Formats: sequence, C-alpha cells, structure tokens
Amino acid sequence: MLSKGLKRKREEEEEKESLAVDALWLDPGHAAVAQAPPTAASSSLFDLSVIKLHHSLQQSEPDLRHLVLVVNTLRRIQASMAPAAALPPVPSPPAAPSMADNLLASSDAALSASMASLLEDLSHIEGLSQAPQPLADEGPPGRSIGGVAPSLGALDLLGPATGCLLDDGLEGLFEDIDTSMYDNELWAPASEGLKPGPEDGPGKEEAPELDEAELDYLMDVLVGTQALERPPGPGR
Amino acid sequence: PIGAGGGGCPAGGNDFQWCFSQVKGAIDEDVAEADIISTVEFNYSGDLLATGDKGGRVVIFQREQENKSRPHSRGEYNVYSTFQSHEPEFDYLKSLEIEEKINKIRWLPQQNAAHFLLSTNDKTIKLWKISERDKRAEGYNLKDEDGRLRDPFRITALRVPILKPMDLMVEASPRRIFANAHTYHINSISVNSDHETYLSADDLRINLWHLEITDRSFNIVDIKPANMEELTEVITAAEFHPHQCNVFVYSSSKGTIRLCDMRSSALCDRHSKFFEEPEDPSSRSFFSEIISSISDVKFSHSGRYMMSRDYLSVKVWDLNMESRPLETHQVHEYLRSKLCSLYENDCIFDKFECCWNGSDSAIMTGSYNNFFRMFDRDTRRDVTLEASRESSKPRASLKPRKVCTGGKRKKDEISVDSLDFNKKILHTAWHPADSVIAVAATNNLYIFQDKIN
Repeated sequence: MLSKGLKRKREEEEEKESLAVDALWLDPGHAAVAQAPPTAASSSLFDLSVIKLHHSLQQSEPDLRHLVLVVNTLRRIQASMAPAAALPPVPSPPAAPSMADNLLASSDAALSASMASLLEDLSHIEGLSQAPQPLADEGPPGRSIGGVAPSLGALDLLGPATGCLLDDGLEGLFEDIDTSMYDNELWAPASEGLKPGPEDGPGKEEAPELDEAELDYLMDVLVGTQALERPPGPGR
Repeated sequence: PIGAGGGGCPAGGNDFQWCFSQVKGAIDEDVAEADIISTVEFNYSGDLLATGDKGGRVVIFQREQENKSRPHSRGEYNVYSTFQSHEPEFDYLKSLEIEEKINKIRWLPQQNAAHFLLSTNDKTIKLWKISERDKRAEGYNLKDEDGRLRDPFRITALRVPILKPMDLMVEASPRRIFANAHTYHINSISVNSDHETYLSADDLRINLWHLEITDRSFNIVDIKPANMEELTEVITAAEFHPHQCNVFVYSSSKGTIRLCDMRSSALCDRHSKFFEEPEDPSSRSFFSEIISSISDVKFSHSGRYMMSRDYLSVKVWDLNMESRPLETHQVHEYLRSKLCSLYENDCIFDKFECCWNGSDSAIMTGSYNNFFRMFDRDTRRDVTLEASRESSKPRASLKPRKVCTGGKRKKDEISVDSLDFNKKILHTAWHPADSVIAVAATNNLYIFQDKIN
C-alpha cells in the first residue's frame, strides 16, 4: 500500500510529498522527534512552519486558508517558545523575548515583514482588479459588484473608469498625448464583446464591428500606452 | 460521543450490504492530473450523476431505466454528456493563471425537459443547460438538406417541414456566466430553495446571485479585515438551508459555523447563531486549530440538523443547540498521533467532504487509503469500506476494513503506517432516495449499491 512503488504523472511537488510521507514512516528518527523535549520539537516545528510559510508566500496566488492556518500555527509555536514575551502582532518585531535566540528573532522579523508585505500586496491587488467598483471594501450593504473583467483594466484607462487606482498617477502621462483617439466610442468599458473567453451567453452585447486596419492601429496604440504606464509588478 | 468503530457491522441503516456496481475512469497507474475528480453530485432525482475534474471537464452519467430483459443492469449509470466547462484563464492584470479545476457542481431542480447545473472554478460560476435532441426537422423551404440556401426564385411550392427521429444527441450549452465577483478562491456554491437565487463563497466573502442576472451580485458576508495583516480566519464552506430561503450557514478555518438570516440585515456579518464546540484542553496541541478547520458543512434533508467535517471527525449539530454538537463521529482517530507528519506533508490540510443519505439516518465521509466511512445514526454502528480495483467484481459485497492502531495486527487489518496517503477520498455523494453511493478515488468514480435493493 506504500505509495513508493506507484509512479504517477503528477506534479513534482506532490511526488516529493509522497516520498516524504514514506520517509517519515520509515525514518526511525521520526518517533524520536515526537518524544524529544518540547523545546527541540517546537524548534523543528517552527522551522518547518517557516519553510511552509515562505513556500506559500512564493506562490503567485497563495492558498489563503493554508497561509492563515500556517501563520496561526506559527504564532502558537512562537508563543510556546517565548512565553514571557507578549505575542507580537505582525508586522512589529517581537518585544524583547527572554530567549537569546537571534535566529528566532531575525527569522521572525523577516517572516513578519514578508507576510506583512504579501498581505499588503493582496490588498492592493484586490483594489486593482476591482478597479471599476465604486467603493473599495467599505461600500454600503447590498452594493453591486461591477461585471467588468479584470483583464479590461488596461482598456479601462482609456475610458471613464471611476475609482481606478491607476487613474490619478497617470494623468500627467496623458497630458501631451492626442486624446482624440480615446473618444472612440468603440472602447466603452461596458462592452462585453471585448472580454476574452469563448462563451457566448445571452444578454451579451454584440462586439462593435472593427475592420482590420482600425484594430491594428488601436492595438498599436494600446501596446504603446501600456509600455508607458504599466507600474512595476509586485516582484512575482 | 460515538467512538471510532471497527469493521464487521454493515452500516447505512437496516443492515444494508454494500456491493460494487460500477467503476468509471482509466485503470492504468499513470494518472494524468487533469483526470483527477474534484467534485461529485447527484441531481434532485438521482437519475443524473455529475462529476467535475481538474481539467475543467464535466461528465454526467444517467441511470438506466430498470429493464426486465436485463435485470442485472438495474440502475446502471452510463455516460450521458461530457463537456468542457471551464478553460484555464490568464488574469493579465495580476499575471496569474486561473485554474480550470471544477471546485463544485450544484444541480438546479428540474423545471422542464432540460437539466440545469451550476459549475464553478476558483473565480467563475457557469450555468449549463443540458438538453436532449432526438428529432430533427426536414423539408425546409429556404434551405436544402445540406443546409445551403436555396435560390428563392426557384421555390415554386411551399411545404411544411416534418420532424423526423434521429439518434439522441445530448447538448450542453452555457446559459449564464457569473464572473468577476470573487477576488479570492471560490470554495462553495449553493442553490436557494426559492430556485431563483444562489450563493457563492470564497475565502473572505459570500455573494448572492439571481440566476437570471450575471452582471450584478450582492455581497452578503464580508470577513475581510480592514488591515489584511490582521487576517486570522477564512470562510471554508457555505450552504443555504434546504427549506428556509432566508437562512444559510458558513463555516470557518477556526472550526466555527455561523448561521445567518438574510432578513435581519442586508450584510450578514452578524450571525443569528454561532456553533462551536469548546476545545478539549486535554487534546490541545499546536495543530488544534488546523484540525478544527471545517472542510465541509451540509444541512440534513429535513433541515433540522447540519453536519460539519473537520480533519478527524464528523459532527452532527441540532440547529437549536449552538453550544455543542449532537453527535461526534471519529473518522480516523488513529491519525491524531501522526499529526506532525501529516503537517509536514500537508495532508493535514486535505479537505474532506461529507454527505447525508436520503432519510438522514446515515452519513458518509472519506479517508485515506481509498477508505471511506459510513455512520448509521440510528443503530450507532459504523463501517469502513474501501474503493479499490481489487474488490471490483460485479455485485461483489464490500468487505469491511479495519485499521490496526497498535499491538498485534490481525489478518486483513492494515496498520496505520501502511496507509497510502496519496489515495484520498475527498468527494462522496449519496443518492437522494435510494441506497446508491458514488465515491471519487483520484481519477476513478466508484458506484456502490445495496444488495437488498
């Protein structure tokens, strides 16, 4: 029943996991970990949790549940390892733990910083992707959520996008550009015909007819504009 | 609380004997990631059984009518329709690939000849119409049999097209696409008893939709903290009450279930009821929170109870009692001493689903090693069964399995250390009326039936 003998076309990661399981069950050291004195076990669990957290943070779109559970577990371990110190809220550094464990303190600071920055990023990215939404997260109950695709974000810049985070910073860029092309009604954000995707459900507006030359020209403009004003990505 | 049982006693009410009926899916050992089944759901009558997989495909099986000339194929499920529900997408703004994996399928109650279901991936929900076509019209006036338009000037007489039978064709077409309302990953969808609305839940928010309207949805739960750094809890599952169209529940990663009433306020951030079992101080560990995280919540058909699945147990709650569950059933308590290893290999984060039988007298959930567990609430008996190719002879009875937790291993028992943690049964479904169950084991779908039936 051991998975070792089974070869599957799975992601490398999952293969590593299955091998890890086998290694654990067969590893005589495994039982030792469970019986080790609490601090040693906590320390290795702490390290493991930090590794998991970093792995999670490295993903382009982390599994939020996994992330939250690992962070909470890490906090528990932290609390048990430094019971005298108050459990610090992320991102402030721990308040003078009694244990003179530099590794713990530095990894915690790095951990806090990276987790804080990730959660900040998540927050910013959400704002970007929901650019057409009237109020970010504090709308009145029962507010509608706009139906514009996030991939239309770039096109939205050409149209009247209210509450778009990118709007303010880019006004200056457009000052000396001939804006007559943006008056083209073809680029109204509500046009669902521009949404990528093969589905054709009812209620979709017909895509406006564009001849090839016009489309090429507009695409050139678009690519040129995007190259101008796309902000540096959050380092993914 | 009902303790973990061994094997030997058939469960499922009234001494049922579960037998192998069918298995769907490829046999070979090389499993393609795309073929892994990610959701299983019977429709309201049980005549249709839908599966979704990681490749974004939906396969619908239909139960054959009982046929006197072929008594042995009583109620067999055969492929009815297959279609690509979701494709991989790329979110250009975030530079992210959106997985096409089908997270959930929920059927709509049947209102006419066609069947409707909702299928969802991480970001987009789609309403699919599945309809049959067994006739085609012949003898059009304006076009000939090949479909080419006829020259109108050559038409000298008019005729009425006649309907001729043709081979049955089952067509699936997307009727609605509900997109762009979820920043985080959708984990649940649930059709309301009003048959007009449904909810979709992601890690931090729950939205209410009208089935006819795709460009608007109402946010009814939002647990996103003002400061994301303060995030400590996520939504893990949500479901509408089967009869009260204003009531729904949602579960969290901290082992809590909140029941909300949409009549009390538009934004249901304040719950009407709060279900949580106090932590047992004697079994507290670093992993207490992770194993308390609820992976599935299901109302009973009656609407009087609900069931929650956490890592090691299934709990049945009386909606009138918030302080503690009515019943707790241990699924694989022998894993409690292995939590550290299961944390290391991430198995501790596996999300198992659970389901009720039609009369709410039994519940079922999956485990590892392709084992699944059934608990009979009336007789208090439980059984462990296995979905495997070895016990796949037609109408062969399933032998109860037993996991040996220590000491001398008896014959036919399997020791905890020999369990295959890659063979997980996360998705199971129970026919709404009959004793038929569907169990998804990686890329295979097993169908078991009761012998007596």
